[in-house]
Amino acid sequence: MPADVYLNVAVGGVLTGLVYGLMALGLSVIFGVVRVVNFAHGEMMTIAMYIAVTLFTAFHLDPLVMLVPIAAVMFAFGYVLQTRLINPFITRPEYSQFLLLVAVAIIIVNLLLIAFGPDAQNVQTSYAYDSFQIGPLIVDATKAYAGLAAIVVAAALFGFFQYTRLGTAIRACADNYTGALVVGLDVKHLYALTFGLGAACVGAAGCMLLLIFDVTPAVGPAYTLLAFVIVITGGLGSMPGALLGGVLIGLTEAMAGLLFTPSAKSMFAFGILVLVLLFRPQGIMGKRTA
Amino acid sequence: MSALLSINGVSKRFRGLVAVDRVSFEVPEGGVFAVIGPNGAGKTTLFNMIAGVFPPDGGSIIFAGERIDGLPPDRICRRGIGRTFQIVRPFPALSVEDNVIVGALLHRKRVGAARAHAHDVLRRLDLYDKRAQRASALTLPDRKRLEVARALASDPKLLLLDEVMAGLRPTEMDRIVAILRELNRETGLTILLIEHVMRAVMALASRILVLHHGAAIAEGLPEQVMRDRAVIDSYLGVEAIA
Amino acid sequence: MIASLIEGVPHRALALLGALLVALVAAPLVAGDYLLTVLILILYFAYIGQAWNIMMGFAGQLSLGHALYVGLGAYTAASLYVHFGIGPWLGLLVAVPVAALAGAFIGFLAFRFRVAGVYFAILTIAVAEFARVGFDHLSWTSGSSGLFLPVAQFTHNDLWQLRGHPVMFYYILLAATVFAFIFCRALLQSRVGYFWRAIREDEEAARSAGIDVFHYKMIAVVISAAMTSFAGVIYAFYYNNLFPEQVFHISRSIEIILGPIVGGIGTLFGPILGAVVLTGLAETLTAALAAAGIDLPGAKQVFYGVCLLLVITTLPDGVWPWVCKRIGLAERNK
Repeated sequence: MPADVYLNVAVGGVLTGLVYGLMALGLSVIFGVVRVVNFAHGEMMTIAMYIAVTLFTAFHLDPLVMLVPIAAVMFAFGYVLQTRLINPFITRPEYSQFLLLVAVAIIIVNLLLIAFGPDAQNVQTSYAYDSFQIGPLIVDATKAYAGLAAIVVAAALFGFFQYTRLGTAIRACADNYTGALVVGLDVKHLYALTFGLGAACVGAAGCMLLLIFDVTPAVGPAYTLLAFVIVITGGLGSMPGALLGGVLIGLTEAMAGLLFTPSAKSMFAFGILVLVLLFRPQGIMGKRTA
Repeated sequence: MSALLSINGVSKRFRGLVAVDRVSFEVPEGGVFAVIGPNGAGKTTLFNMIAGVFPPDGGSIIFAGERIDGLPPDRICRRGIGRTFQIVRPFPALSVEDNVIVGALLHRKRVGAARAHAHDVLRRLDLYDKRAQRASALTLPDRKRLEVARALASDPKLLLLDEVMAGLRPTEMDRIVAILRELNRETGLTILLIEHVMRAVMALASRILVLHHGAAIAEGLPEQVMRDRAVIDSYLGVEAIA
Repeated sequence: MIASLIEGVPHRALALLGALLVALVAAPLVAGDYLLTVLILILYFAYIGQAWNIMMGFAGQLSLGHALYVGLGAYTAASLYVHFGIGPWLGLLVAVPVAALAGAFIGFLAFRFRVAGVYFAILTIAVAEFARVGFDHLSWTSGSSGLFLPVAQFTHNDLWQLRGHPVMFYYILLAATVFAFIFCRALLQSRVGYFWRAIREDEEAARSAGIDVFHYKMIAVVISAAMTSFAGVIYAFYYNNLFPEQVFHISRSIEIILGPIVGGIGTLFGPILGAVVLTGLAETLTAALAAAGIDLPGAKQVFYGVCLLLVITTLPDGVWPWVCKRIGLAERNK
């Protein structure tokens, strides 16, 4: 195969990977601060995707345009979920929290199945078949926009955590729970905010992903697993790690799809997960916890 | 008396901080040996190396004639060294009896035999009446004795006690001291303990090692060590001998 | 030996157990066809739940990929039958070691490299997913188009080939569940059981008490995997068709853990009670919906999800300990 096919696929993979990275970023933020392993992450993204699909089918609203409102809705969802359901579980054993979110995930997937049926739905925007030509590169417009949006949202999130008071307060909670309490931070509220932010992230990522892929209720669990692979590969609790992991996985997936059969591409993601868990469990950029 | 445990030039550093600096001493068989010193002196680090939690960076540890440095904790326990933890770690959901049975099962294949032995140990540690209670429901002094019981049930030749007196009221402490002295006298159990509570140390120890900043600054009979100038300056204070 | 098994169990409980056993043995005589299939499902989940419980409830290792062992058992026995005509009981002799090996592999990867807790759960999910996609591409087992066993006839029960009326499967699963129950009881009371519980409570303290944690965790995983694969063999010969997409899917793994969690992790009766409650109620729900003419694919799963949610939030130790307290059965080993 000629070299530029590889290049095009690779670039497409990187752009998709950026969106994956954003999705994983939400998971990483939630884990890094609230220390909850959100097993319903992909399922939450599916909710956002279905909202976007519905809005598009009914009103022809581009998912990227609806990104902010949908992210806001997901933020509210995440906030309420954390306050009402998850908060009492902070002190419970790890597997308890995990199973709680497994339950939430099951409920979400199957409610979506009942509401929307199992068939794939997608969004055909006006630019769905456009592409940009940059030298020898041919880049799908959908992937280009999605990737760009992912970078913008990720940058906004970084900025929030680095430069705002609220962001700093949240980072303080993550570093030292008791210390944060002692200086008077409303940790419960900050936890809920963080979960909301993670949900908003994943909602935004869903809108972008919809440009590239179809949605069925079954993709929820698949994306949850993918998010875990990315976060563990990149480093649990590391925000740049999540993006890096996302790009890596997006690239691997794309190349594996090209070199082997497309349906086997998820095997590579899992292969990477196993390797990372065995040889570098803290991920590429993670900090080794005792 | 021959040395049951022999520490030779053992060192440990954590990224540039020297926690234990070429410490050497011998624990005679059947003796009670205490390691004292200010916080951060390296006592628990030393203990953890003996117990196999991490290996020393230098030196060797010889137990009953064989090198044990670098072995994992379970192998060390099977060689005959039992240990307690500074912050007690009983098996919370298991009963007092079951906790000790776990220890007893180390060298016994049959649960029945282990249970009988566990009962003996529990009687010695004054916990027999509480054997059906959940470990998590015990008071702190009882949990400390449970730790000792569990370690004892595995028939150790050497018992490592890590600040077992901490947090105990004087009466409780005297009780444990009495039990330990009895054990040492009747069964010849060798004991190595880290302690801050000097009252217990003086009541139990036949030899004392003083650590300061990871190095041994004094070692010998209790009366000598207590009067050592360096020890008084760094740790005990003049009031201790007044 | 029987004496030690029933030691400490109140006579009331033994009488109840005995009555239950009699009822179960007699059930097919009075149950209709539909009820029989529901009972078979309940026994299937009760048995698998017991097997899973060994890893989680006894040794404290959360496996969310147990469908792997079901699938390996099912596919091994089924393909041996389809390709070589080897009957299921002989196929078991291959299927069980295959699953045990897979378990040992996962255990070795995880325990040697200190992969624990949630990470371990994710590893088990990953391996099961790997198998799912892998088997989709495995032509020897017909890949994603499915492996089909020669159609069974209901007129004559062939125990050796496992061809026949559901009643045969019922009694096989009943025997298996009873065996699993007794086996788990014996395990809990044994030296291995004590070491497992110590490991589950506090791994580091267990190590300091002389327990070779890696060794005993491996034993738990291998026993659990081996037992589960038997259910897989039964699954293959009962349903007569296997699709990787279904057999290895994470939903199967979650169905497996629901019974023990709802019933009570680490207890002997929990998985059985959980299977009864969940499967019984779920089938009732489906039947009720069908009777009302409503077809909601996914309704059963929502029900499972809600049950799991309710149990985790209100009765985290499971329903069985709560029942025990209510009827005054204070058991030592539950």
